Amino acid sequence: MHVLRPLFVFLAFVGIVLMARFLYVPADFGIHERGYMYGWHRKSNEEEWKQVRVKYQGMEYCSGCHPDKNKALRESPHRIIQCENCHGPAIEHPSEPLKLSIDRSRELCLRCHTYLPYPTSNRSNIKGIDPERHNPGIECFMCHNPHKPGPGR
Amino acid sequence: MTRREFLKNTLRLTGALAMAGSAIEILKPDSVFSARPSDVRWVFLVDTYKCVGCGMCVRACKLENEVPYDANVTRTWVERYVLTKDGRLLADSPKGARDGFISPRIDLGMGEYREIRPEEIEKAFFVPKLCNQCENPPCVQVCPVGATYQASDGVVLVDRKWCIGCGYCIMACPYGVRFFHPVYKVAEKCNFCYHRINKGLKPACVLACPFDARRIGNIKDPDDPVTKVITKERVSVLKDEYGTKPQVYYIGLSKEVR
Ligand code: HEC
Ligand code: HEC
Ligand code: HEC
Ligand code: HEC
Repeated sequence: MHVLRPLFVFLAFVGIVLMARFLYVPADFGIHERGYMYGWHRKSNEEEWKQVRVKYQGMEYCSGCHPDKNKALRESPHRIIQCENCHGPAIEHPSEPLKLSIDRSRELCLRCHTYLPYPTSNRSNIKGIDPERHNPGIECFMCHNPHKPGPGR
Repeated sequence: MTRREFLKNTLRLTGALAMAGSAIEILKPDSVFSARPSDVRWVFLVDTYKCVGCGMCVRACKLENEVPYDANVTRTWVERYVLTKDGRLLADSPKGARDGFISPRIDLGMGEYREIRPEEIEKAFFVPKLCNQCENPPCVQVCPVGATYQASDGVVLVDRKWCIGCGYCIMACPYGVRFFHPVYKVAEKCNFCYHRINKGLKPACVLACPFDARRIGNIKDPDDPVTKVITKERVSVLKDEYGTKPQVYYIGLSKEVR
């Protein structure tokens, strides 16, 4: 009998491991649509990713409450820029956050308007300025309307 | 040992092994080898001619996906390539271009910069990068615990509860799109804004791009405008030779781009 004892110990060990595995691994963990090589996962995680909160709402969302800004922007060369690119994600504004941020920095405008000598890039189709020469130290919005740039403020 | 004992023990052992074996899931060959088709396969189209390097996509991505804004990690980034007439290649992507490219000097890293005179430049352009959601994702193959996987629509996801943070997937990705999430301490990557595309919204980077340089589409829908470009026009992918079958297609990719 004593020669079999290690075997029983081994069997008990296997049993415990299987039990632990049964309790720990969720029921939906297994092979899903993409097969064993790529689809071995916990199915409910897909749902978890879908539940992430949406933060960027898009321009249409703002138009009802800020019609003046919306109209001005639509008629300007900046019509292609989303409001939220300059004001941050709306999330559930105006309930949360109450106000969106207003970025008045020169750096915001310079993302597109710093002159870069790249004729092979679309960058050269945007009017560029040299930030060190074009009214340094003064914020751009003082002279240009960000919602309706062009001749005259 | 008598013959009788030997036979008895053999029988016991086989029984015990069979019992243990039955507790382990039995894999059906079709579930192991075949993938079940889905009617959606997300793909991405980047037009490098249109990109101006404003970095609005990077900013929007970080804020939408709660990637710590000041940490030097990002799910998508934009690279600048400058080729000089004497054959030098300079490339940079300061902070992943989170703040765009607001100076013509090239960021060499470690606080060093290189000035390039306009007349030296042969060509210069911007290349946005993001996860390729490969058809054969090497990052998924190396995961030892099944924490990263491909959904039926082609998007590669990371299960934050299951990931043990071993970092194999980060090493395995030939495109360098994976990184450690500084808060959750697990592998992190672009997932085409899975929460947005499943609600019929565009990914945050696509919404934020004013120049239409970034687009998303369903390659299984023949009427999708992105599908039409990919099937009818001249597009290319990054590191095709790796056999990963990347699904981010580029218009105007130059051979210098790696
Ligand atoms: C449901 C109506 C509503 C919507 C939709 C809305 N806003 Fe507002 N917004 C408000 C209100 C109300 C305020 C607070 C005004 C105040 O207190 O001066 C505000 C304030 C702001 C401010 C700050 C103004 C200041 O003077 O500080 C900005 C910027 C702003 N909104 C931008 C946006 C943008 C961009 C969008 C679209 C993504 C948007 N809003 C959508 C109602 C709205
Ligand atoms: C190019 C960047 C940019 C875009 C795009 C933009 N804004 Fe603004 N916005 C600004 C700046 C800069 C200011 C501050 C202007 C100032 O103080 O004169 C501002 C100010 C505001 C204000 C508050 C100040 C005021 O004059 O009442 C509101 C509200 C606002 N923007 C809404 C919007 C909405 C809505 C849109 C989209 C339709 C939008 N913005 C698009 C840059 C932008
Ligand atoms: C996302 C890129 C982008 C950003 C950010 C941006 N612009 Fe523009 N801007 C454009 C484009 C595109 C045009 C239209 C093409 C052109 O005329 O250069 C334009 C046009 C202009 C013009 C020229 C209008 C004309 O026809 O004379 C001015 C002035 C201007 N923007 C000022 C600003 C200011 C000030 C800011 C910051 C509040 C800003 N821009 C931010 C992209 C941008
Ligand atoms: C002190 C006022 C002032 C400030 C501040 C200012 N500008 Fe201007 N900007 C002007 C005037 C005036 C013009 C038109 C005359 C000209 O072309 O020089 C102009 C022209 C432009 C143009 C069109 C250039 C062209 O080729 O037609 C752009 C783009 C522009 N500014 C962007 C900016 C940006 C971006 C900033 C902030 C970094 C800024 N400006 C700050 C006064 C200002």
